[in-house]
Amino acid sequence: ADAPPESLKEDGRPKWDNKFQYLLSCIGFAVGLGNVWRFPYLCQIHGGGAFLIPYFIALIFEGIPLLHLELALGQRLRKGSIGAWSAVSPYLGGVGVGSWVVSVLVSLYYNTVLTWVMWYFINSFQEPLPWSVCPLNENRTGFNEECYESTAVNYFWYRKTLNITPDVTENGTLQWWLVLCLAACWAIVYLCTIRGIETTGKAIYVTAIFPYLVLTIFLIHGLTLPGATEGLTYLFTPNLNSLKNPRVWLDAATQIFFSLSLAFGGLIALSSYNPPKNDCEKDAVMVAIVNCLTSLYASIPVFSVLGFKATSGYWDCLDRNIISIINKFDLPEQSIMRQNYTTWIRLLNSSHPEKIAALQLKSCNLQEFLDQSVSGTGLAFIVFTQAVILMPASQAWAILFFIMLFSLGLSSMFGNIEGVFTPLLELKIVSKSIPKELISGIICLTFFLMALCFTLGSGSYWIDIFDSYAGSLPLLIIAFFEMTGVAYVYKIKRFSEDVKWMTGRKPNLYWQITWRFISPLLLLIVFVAFVTLQIQKPASYAAWNPKYEDFPMKEEKVYPPWVLAICVLLAVLPCIFVPLVAFFHLIKQTLRSKDPNSVPPEVFSCEVAIS
Amino acid sequence: YAWDANEEYLFKAMVAFAMRRYSSKSTTQISNVLLCNVTDRVSFWFVVTDSAKNGTTVPGSEVEAAIRMNRNRINSAFLLNDKTLQFLKISSTISPPVEPSTPAWLIVFGVVLCVTVAGIIFLIVQGIQRRKKKNKESSDTENLEEKCEVTVTIENGIPCETLDLKAGHINGVYAADDERFASL
Repeated sequence: ADAPPESLKEDGRPKWDNKFQYLLSCIGFAVGLGNVWRFPYLCQIHGGGAFLIPYFIALIFEGIPLLHLELALGQRLRKGSIGAWSAVSPYLGGVGVGSWVVSVLVSLYYNTVLTWVMWYFINSFQEPLPWSVCPLNENRTGFNEECYESTAVNYFWYRKTLNITPDVTENGTLQWWLVLCLAACWAIVYLCTIRGIETTGKAIYVTAIFPYLVLTIFLIHGLTLPGATEGLTYLFTPNLNSLKNPRVWLDAATQIFFSLSLAFGGLIALSSYNPPKNDCEKDAVMVAIVNCLTSLYASIPVFSVLGFKATSGYWDCLDRNIISIINKFDLPEQSIMRQNYTTWIRLLNSSHPEKIAALQLKSCNLQEFLDQSVSGTGLAFIVFTQAVILMPASQAWAILFFIMLFSLGLSSMFGNIEGVFTPLLELKIVSKSIPKELISGIICLTFFLMALCFTLGSGSYWIDIFDSYAGSLPLLIIAFFEMTGVAYVYKIKRFSEDVKWMTGRKPNLYWQITWRFISPLLLLIVFVAFVTLQIQKPASYAAWNPKYEDFPMKEEKVYPPWVLAICVLLAVLPCIFVPLVAFFHLIKQTLRSKDPNSVPPEVFSCEVAIS
Repeated sequence: YAWDANEEYLFKAMVAFAMRRYSSKSTTQISNVLLCNVTDRVSFWFVVTDSAKNGTTVPGSEVEAAIRMNRNRINSAFLLNDKTLQFLKISSTISPPVEPSTPAWLIVFGVVLCVTVAGIIFLIVQGIQRRKKKNKESSDTENLEEKCEVTVTIENGIPCETLDLKAGHINGVYAADDERFASL
């Protein structure tokens, strides 16, 4: 039976100040660090503009239906993930618990990534930037050896920031500077989520809009940099042959899925604070499209800067060669320029080949520099920081870049924390008299203490583990159960009626088909393909080992068995709740039906209604 | 600027200056510095002769030391730096990095943390004040309701009493019919 609409308004649930706040929160949650550092990388390695084809297909058949489903569910049932799924069906309560566990695990490591961003941000106020020069060694005769063999940027990231150990089993010690930054990050998260959406709603205005401003500034500046056009043509030139590789389609599907932050329970929590009669269909389409357009918009400045960096590297290579040639042949200054370098080389090679060979010139190839593609933390903390050094006024650009990354990550953290906070408030565990500030404080403090393990020397290896195992596979499973649960347990017909009641029109054929058949099928295929690909290669990681013979190349190592056990545990733990809760409820039902003295609860409610 | 005979003269003067400062004897003249093998690259060899000992050149190590001592002055005379004016046997020493007493990042971190903590304290205090006000308001409304109930009973009582006290006309039409009165 549907509750009459008038009573819902008086249930005392906090609500958004206005619709714009809600939309910004959803967009901020969806638009995160992945839009900046994963999408451009995927575009680059999967054939440039051609990648957009599987990307948009995945968006239309997987992303938008699932997004609409979650937003509509949260809005209709007005509860966080655990309460909402228990209301859909008690057997599906495990789906909500699984979402909640994933949100907890992801919140832990996501804020540590923000810690790294904050560390770089507060270091950007120095002149010169600390990652631009190598420190001297002990007796001041030369540069630090580790720094000299790799680059100053690498050294600052691996040694000065992470102080990374050569192996995941070596824990190292707590890095006190990271602990301080972690405390500051969790303090900022606490400040913004202290009273739930009341405070995040105010903070989101800044954290969701500011990145777009900075991206625009970077766009304008990036396009003026030399070499930007090379970078952009490299990014967007479509290579349709790459579509034949199934890996491309899988990457597109997973990227859409993780980019929209589906199955975290955060979207359900955010939309549960909406007024009941709200057009969730338009909201879903808008959020999805804004997210994708942001990815595209962000890839332009990223690739302008990468093109600039590649061109600078290429020019440096050329210049070094030119200097050695000029020195060797005693030619006047400025006789060989970059433009006529090739003609000069041919001339000199034909006239004095042995001299040219003796110089051992390195071959400079712009394509080679452009091919050095990186994603994730490598893009932000190594490649981009190197590019920033080459720009004039590098401090300002570094500060802007890291504030932008911080805002992007922070708005995603709000969604994650809401996904954790809202179900906790609704469970009977916490009583109503405890103030919200205290609950959010306890949550933030607990998470801070748990996340301290990521500030150890081996912390970044553990974050990779969490990201690959806790933040990927369980989400696919949970999303699959979400879709099939709504489609076949709650029944799409009933769900369509609910949506009609909320938006005023029945969901059209597109929604019916995708909800019922296409999206669950697609999710199943993606899940199977994902697992097959993971199983095929042994789980390995790349370690930064200064004593490695091929240093500065990273050393490929295999995870030891106990680490693999933790990986499996992380992947299985959220998913195990789905069958566990269903089983638990089944037991409860059978016990209740077996007990003749117990009266079924429905009879009680009828009696109450009558009197 | 182009490299011509005047620049060569300046170079000779700078080397002589360096030798004078290093050995603190003012006998080195510009004529003691000899340049040879000048190429278009603008690279050349030079030697410093000793006018006291006829025809002999000053040992290279001395010249090196002199130039090392005055490298900065020589560079500035030509508006060049260690990279653009290279003395092939003299490698430039790396200047030690300037380290301030407190690392700069600690200061920025302190600012960020203070602002955050101030915000948290403000919001918590605001929350506590709001809760106190709400508690006070809700207890005020409770008191008000009690008072109303009390007055109502009094008001209910008083009319009856006044009716009894006052000598009023009793309407004869109703007086006889007692059952008509509704039981209280």
